[in-house]
Amino acid sequence: MSYSVTDPSGRQKWIAATLVTLYAVITILPLLWIIGTSFKSPSDAIAYPPKTLFTPTLEGYVNLFTTRTRASEEELKTLGEPTTWYDRIVRRDGFIIAGPSRFPERFTNSIIIGFGSTVLCIVLGTAAAYAFSRFKVPLKDDLLFFILSTRMMPPVAVAIPIFLMFRQLGLNDTHAGMILLYTAVNLSLAVWLLKGFIDEIPIEYEEAALIDGYTRFQAFYKVVIPQAMTGIASTAIFCLIFAWNEYAFAVLLTSGTAQTAPPFIPTIIGVGGQDWPAVAAGATLFLVPVMIFTIVLRKHLLRGITFGAVRK
Amino acid sequence: MAQIRINNLRKEFGAFTAVKSSTFTVEDGEFFMLLGPSGCGKTTTLRMMAGLELPTSGEIFIDGEEVAQKPASQRDIAFVFQMFALYPHMNVRKNISYPLVSQGVERAEVRARVAEVARILKIESILDRSVGGLSGGDRQRVALGRAIVRRPKAFLMDEPLGALDAEFREHMAEELRALHDRIGATTVYVTHDQLEAMQMGDKIVVMNHGSVEQFGRPQEIYDWPATKFVAGFIGSPAMNFFDFNGAISPGGESIELSGNPVGVPQARQGATGKLTLGVRPEHIRFSDQSAYRGRVVATEYLGTTQIITLDTPNGEAKARTSARQAIREGEIVGLDFNPTTVTIFEGLKGQALLSAGNEGVLHHG
Repeated sequence: MSYSVTDPSGRQKWIAATLVTLYAVITILPLLWIIGTSFKSPSDAIAYPPKTLFTPTLEGYVNLFTTRTRASEEELKTLGEPTTWYDRIVRRDGFIIAGPSRFPERFTNSIIIGFGSTVLCIVLGTAAAYAFSRFKVPLKDDLLFFILSTRMMPPVAVAIPIFLMFRQLGLNDTHAGMILLYTAVNLSLAVWLLKGFIDEIPIEYEEAALIDGYTRFQAFYKVVIPQAMTGIASTAIFCLIFAWNEYAFAVLLTSGTAQTAPPFIPTIIGVGGQDWPAVAAGATLFLVPVMIFTIVLRKHLLRGITFGAVRK
Repeated sequence: MAQIRINNLRKEFGAFTAVKSSTFTVEDGEFFMLLGPSGCGKTTTLRMMAGLELPTSGEIFIDGEEVAQKPASQRDIAFVFQMFALYPHMNVRKNISYPLVSQGVERAEVRARVAEVARILKIESILDRSVGGLSGGDRQRVALGRAIVRRPKAFLMDEPLGALDAEFREHMAEELRALHDRIGATTVYVTHDQLEAMQMGDKIVVMNHGSVEQFGRPQEIYDWPATKFVAGFIGSPAMNFFDFNGAISPGGESIELSGNPVGVPQARQGATGKLTLGVRPEHIRFSDQSAYRGRVVATEYLGTTQIITLDTPNGEAKARTSARQAIREGEIVGLDFNPTTVTIFEGLKGQALLSAGNEGVLHHG
């Protein structure tokens, strides 16, 4: 049998596989628990010892999307038989549906603000990174350090000044304000990440395009952008994850029209006892967009986070 | 196709001067070599011709039009990069047609011209492949295809064979020269390999430290180098230099080397003091009559010829003789130089002194 120096042995592979599986289980367990809880009834959710086997119900999801009021036996009788499946679920506990909840609205806000700031961040970040990478910018190193230094403290440390500034500018509780804020926070990371990727693209490609009769800008978007796609994709994921999950600023600066899902989900708890399944349902749905986005860009992400490790 | 004229071209990068007022002309249809060691300014000169760098001062005429400060896209030239710079996100066909797309050529015409180029370069079978998996030679051909498909005024090539392995290089050099002979396009080719320059070029410019040292046909440059630098850079082994203190006056036909008279081409220029006699290895002959003696230090067998390293009163020298000549290490031999082929360099700047031999070459260069 031949012996390889670089290929791992059978035993090493076995150990690696075990460790990876263990890590995967540990990471995914809370997620599975949340998803499981979202399909439990409120009593199952708080049962002790915790139930791993239960009868699934959509009660959590119905509660998430509706507001309900308690109704007396007589009232329920006068209403007759429930006409829809969600009516049936609600009435079982002695409630009637008063109207839709604000969850869809908050969820849409999250999508607008999260994706909006990501797009803005990528557009500005790519342009800035390209300039830093290719052009003679006066005080380039100082500027780059300054940009990085904005990340040297937690963004929340400047929450009060930002709150006052936003109030003055009328940006409190607006989509534009939140998009601007998340863009500002993410931009330094985006510029640094993208500059690394663009630095790796040989300048000869652009020069070839210039010689082939294209303008500098055409060379940028026809040659540089397609090749920086890996970097753009992984940067976009990082930006989206931050903007999507951000809680502190969202609590502080939004309350009505522009409130995102993270500050909204905890408020569900209060309605008619501790409604954990509804909270879990909100969290589960909240995971979906980022998950889809990450899966779509997964191929790029893997190359993105390991970039620079092996030079061609 | 076009003539390219370079006039007093200069390029400074901050305090560093990469090119110091170069002047030369590339004639229409010539295969023109820019030759020199790394850092001599040859690539900078080429990039200025292409419009990838703007000169600090000076003029560049392509086809009679002054283009020194124009952007690359307006010069109608093609450039072949050392690392080929094929667009990695496009397949071979798209790479070749890309320059035509920017000119707004019709699609049917693009197809026809790409097909024609592919036939010339024999790359029809790989047109739909991605450029990532191609071999070095095929990448080279695609890069050439992208250059010739436009029918530009001139081709500029920056060490296009530099990225290929030695074996394949020879073959590609022949292919390149054959392609040039077929389409007759003005070509400027940068290389640091003097053999490549001699083998392929119609004309050579030798550059060093940002200055043009000599400009002429390969044979002229080889036989009659204008400076000691050119003499040492071209030829393998390089020209032998015998340093001596002496004098030669206009009309003189011999010098004295360690007390022995050595014949030289009739001098047109006089000089005294530190001088250098330059002799090509193949112009050293062994002669028992000669009083100028050297000791054989080593021999190197090369098949048809051999290189003999000699210790002479004026330093080490290398001679190239037939491999059949029997010679032993340690032997003392008489040395004789072919008087019509040697060059005398003055000591300070290493300029060649004008003589009956080189005046024709050095005057027009």
